[in-house]
Amino acid sequence: MIEVSGLTVRFAGVTPIDDVSVVFPGGTCGLIGPNGAGKTTFFNVLSGFVKPAAGSISAFGENLLRMADYRRARWGLRRTFQTEMAIEKLSVYDNVAMIHEHSGAKRAIRRTDVLAAIDFVGLEASPKAKVGSLGARERRLVEVARAVVGSPRVVLLDEPAAGLPDEETVLLGGVIQRIPGEFGALVILVDHDMSLVSGCCETTAVLDFGKLIASGPTAEVLRNEHVMRAYLGTEEQL
Amino acid sequence: MSTAGARTGRAELARAVQSIERGVVVRGVIIAALLAFVVFAVPTLVGADWLTTFASVSIYAIVAAGFGILYGRVGMISLGQVALLSVGCWIGTRLAYATSLPFPVLLLVVGVITGVIGTLVGLPSLRLSGLYLALITLMFAGATTIVLSVIDFPNGGHGFTGRSATGALSTNTPPVRRPSMAIGDTAFFRYIVIVTAVMFLLALVHVSAKPGRAWASIRESEPAALAAGVNITLYKMWAFALASFMTGVAGCLLAAQVGVPRAITFQTQDSLTLAATSLIGGIFSIWGAVVAGIFNQLLPFVFQAQWGVNSNFLLILFGVGLIQVLLTAPGGLVEQFPKDMANLGRLLFRGVRRLAGGRQKAS
Repeated sequence: MIEVSGLTVRFAGVTPIDDVSVVFPGGTCGLIGPNGAGKTTFFNVLSGFVKPAAGSISAFGENLLRMADYRRARWGLRRTFQTEMAIEKLSVYDNVAMIHEHSGAKRAIRRTDVLAAIDFVGLEASPKAKVGSLGARERRLVEVARAVVGSPRVVLLDEPAAGLPDEETVLLGGVIQRIPGEFGALVILVDHDMSLVSGCCETTAVLDFGKLIASGPTAEVLRNEHVMRAYLGTEEQL
Repeated sequence: MSTAGARTGRAELARAVQSIERGVVVRGVIIAALLAFVVFAVPTLVGADWLTTFASVSIYAIVAAGFGILYGRVGMISLGQVALLSVGCWIGTRLAYATSLPFPVLLLVVGVITGVIGTLVGLPSLRLSGLYLALITLMFAGATTIVLSVIDFPNGGHGFTGRSATGALSTNTPPVRRPSMAIGDTAFFRYIVIVTAVMFLLALVHVSAKPGRAWASIRESEPAALAAGVNITLYKMWAFALASFMTGVAGCLLAAQVGVPRAITFQTQDSLTLAATSLIGGIFSIWGAVVAGIFNQLLPFVFQAQWGVNSNFLLILFGVGLIQVLLTAPGGLVEQFPKDMANLGRLLFRGVRRLAGGRQKAS
């Protein structure tokens, strides 16, 4: 469980996250909102790239904000980025093994863990293939494998389906949905594809201009009047 | 059924990973054979002046390998590597005069001291990258050149700070000592090649292990590396320490190779030439470092000493080569040359076939 209370982020003159209090109970949680709503900034706070002006984040009872950025991965925080960031020069195996090495997991189980993660995402490419030689869908899968290896506790996925055709998004959604059951991690999924979010996430939180406008079970949230207005504009336009 | 499928999938994956190691073994055998050829056959095949040049090629290949780690693996450009070589050379010279350490220990000590200095020079890389880091390291190179010429490097004489009574660079200055097992030129050439191989091995072990993967991750994207749990400060400094250690060892070898090192042989522009030749050779592989050593040391020797052609035109050639590499062949000659040869072969083959086909029709 992740409890966020009173979280505020200020950049010079802009407040991308404004006094947000929200709870991510577990399983796969959606985080949606129009462009500029503060979703990626929220991920950046969790990763430690951005220092919040106020507020606290407690993840499984630990104060996440007091941890050094690079130590959070060791604690069990994983994330993917909007632009795909698998390492082109390394093989699929090394890409995943590299995360395992910095996760604090035992060396003896590295090969098993890494191959299990590659297997879990259903990547057909050989583990020794260079990531630079893979297609967009396979690279996304490598990223997901990187995110789930080495006992993750929290997995942040920032638009993992961006640029993928519909049928591949469905397959990816299936993989994402199985992460909490298989690895016991809490997944927060940011995406603009509503069918992906409603298909994967039991609960969803909605940000708009840095403020939390709704949170709760996904079906209810998506019917919420404020949410529809934020996404589709005013009622007249409906 | 699904678990059985998963199991066979895993077995296949495991087999695929194991076959990586077979390739490594084959490559290892080839490299060992090549090394044996260079160590045992080359000294019997060439004259003394060529052997001296090959020794320099070997030494500069170490420096290029260090540059390759910094720029090719981590993405940090350093234009002060030859300056670091001169620092290693200077420390090696002074320590050789001042102490009676066994030569391998001397190499290690010089490597460690140069490693510390190089790491300090690399500190700005934590905040700066690209052009700014290049400028700062280039300034280090410039400053080193000035300091070395002001203090009359190497001063000669005994002790750590000693000056020979007759002044610097007199004929009385004893040459920097060589290892007792490798006093002669041939023996010391072999010694240099073996130390070079050890340095290459050290680099390869790093690149193929945890540091190498962490470096690749930093090179790809620093935020992503941070999110992956990579301690960026530690691994950047590690890269500078390793490259500088290797360069320091190379400097110590150089001191013993030339006997009386002179400041004049280390110019600021040499660091630039080294960066250019490293890029031309290829910064992603050890072979690239070897090619860089050849370009840097062998070509000037061949043109200047053998053919009597002023070798300064090579600077222009390196410039053109650098542009070519940056534009079309980021992997350098070692990656591009085989591709070009394959293309040429295909072209010739097609031409011959067309010619043959034409003749058949004519007859």
